[in-house]
Amino acid sequence: MFDFYFEIPLVIRLILQGLAVIMVIFPIAGACSMAERKIAAWIQDRPGPNRAVVPWVAWIPFFGKFLQRLGVFHVMADGGKMLFKEDSLPGHVNKFYFVLAPIVAMIPALTTVVAVPFGAYFDAAGKLIPLGLAPFDIGMLAVFAVSSLGVYSAILAGWASNSKYPFLGSVRASAQLISYELSMTLAVLPVFLWVNAPGTEGTMGFARVVEFQSQSGFLGGMWFGFLMPISAFIFLVALFAETNRQPFDTVESESDLVGSFHTEYGAFKWGLFFVAEYSHMIVGSGVFMLLFGGGWNPLPWVSLATAVDFLGTFLPFAHAPLFVGILSIAIFMGKVLAMIFFFMWVRWTLPRFRYDQVMKIGWQKLLPLSIANLLFYAIAIALIQK
Amino acid sequence: MAVITVERKPLTFLERTYLPQIAGGLKTTFKHLIAPKKTLEYPEQRPAIPVGYRGVPTLVKDPNGREKCVSCQLCEFVCPPKAIRITPGEIPADQAERAHVEKGPQAFDIDMLRCIYCGLCQEVCPEEAIFLQNQFSMSGYTRAEMVNHKDRLYELGGTLPDAHHKWDKKKAAEEHGNAH
Repeated sequence: MFDFYFEIPLVIRLILQGLAVIMVIFPIAGACSMAERKIAAWIQDRPGPNRAVVPWVAWIPFFGKFLQRLGVFHVMADGGKMLFKEDSLPGHVNKFYFVLAPIVAMIPALTTVVAVPFGAYFDAAGKLIPLGLAPFDIGMLAVFAVSSLGVYSAILAGWASNSKYPFLGSVRASAQLISYELSMTLAVLPVFLWVNAPGTEGTMGFARVVEFQSQSGFLGGMWFGFLMPISAFIFLVALFAETNRQPFDTVESESDLVGSFHTEYGAFKWGLFFVAEYSHMIVGSGVFMLLFGGGWNPLPWVSLATAVDFLGTFLPFAHAPLFVGILSIAIFMGKVLAMIFFFMWVRWTLPRFRYDQVMKIGWQKLLPLSIANLLFYAIAIALIQK
Repeated sequence: MAVITVERKPLTFLERTYLPQIAGGLKTTFKHLIAPKKTLEYPEQRPAIPVGYRGVPTLVKDPNGREKCVSCQLCEFVCPPKAIRITPGEIPADQAERAHVEKGPQAFDIDMLRCIYCGLCQEVCPEEAIFLQNQFSMSGYTRAEMVNHKDRLYELGGTLPDAHHKWDKKKAAEEHGNAH
């Protein structure tokens, strides 16, 4: 059915796939900005943005009104405004690096998606094939390596802005990202120690991690979030810090730093920072779900294969690779969006930590905890897999 | 005053991890997330105006439909920001039903850009002709638009019940040959 697609040259196919993924991430990042505003409003007992509407949509009964109340058109108005307003370049900035910074912010944010598989299907032999742009074996390493490049955009932006608060913000950003990267990496190690059992082919890819969480049996079907709760917790806290979300958004604390590294930015360049932040959140949530939340398995102890077999009892096309692929992507996206909701929920619950508290939590609490956690699991895994 | 020494308990381990508090906070915010919203969506929904509210000052008519103001100018003199400007006038000869009333305003202007809604005009009025009523929003594109003229003031004020019927009593007394 889709043979024509595989006859297209590989380069063009990859470009098409990459564009498809970007076409999904950009609108999600845009929708996230509205979700952020709506969730903020709902938590504060307000209805949130609900006025803007396009006339011909307002004519649709019920559904048009629903879209209007949901604030969908505010997203478009915001986007349109950001695209068309004057993109000013302040006179006192270092122009080259000032323009470079938002571009540098976007590159790692969109590049990390490459290593993250977002679905899977079963081929004719019943083998699980992960869906992703480039599901290679060093997935986790690639994500860590590329996503930490994101800090360069903050440093560049803060330094090139040639002004006090952006500079302070970028210094904070770099210190915070370095502090939490360490415990984040250490928290992930037990997962890969467990996955890379002796005698198997070594891998740092996500697909194997998810495969490990979809085995049969009580321990096999258990998601790593239950098996290694401390790891999951440390990873989650570090993820909040890495994405500069509350309660760790000292980098962008409006009360003491105006707008931090993007103070001097406006219009589309500012929008790029914004999209980059949300893309980081999306990819970070995706990685968390792959490592600790069972990836594309619908429920703990219910793997994708089991779910497809169950659906196969009353849906004739349930085993078709296309259906399985779409189902797994839907499950995974659902989990990622739930995770993003959690990010926002926490944002409107917790106040911001002071900067010294952020450092203290990072170095004096999380780092020793993650080392202890790693030692515990290293010994336990050595004993079990002996 | 007696001094009560409050015992400060050291934080338990769980409290120091900060996690139960976060969970409690998340529970609270989630309750609000699904709770009915408190916002009054203004142009469609209007707030209930409490009794005694001091809104835009207006002129009122008595139950007979006659204007009550006799242009004594007390409100004009008491008005702290000098927002009221009255041109006193005689009662027109063709209005027989008002002939027994001494005077009426020829023009009555309240500049709403000056008005401070203090209510002194209402307080001072001997005829109970000027009232600060429920209207709370005034807007216009020009300065001229923000001056309420006499006809506009009566349109806003309408008719209020009147317990005294002062001029009716005066007319009745005159017809009976009494001074008052």
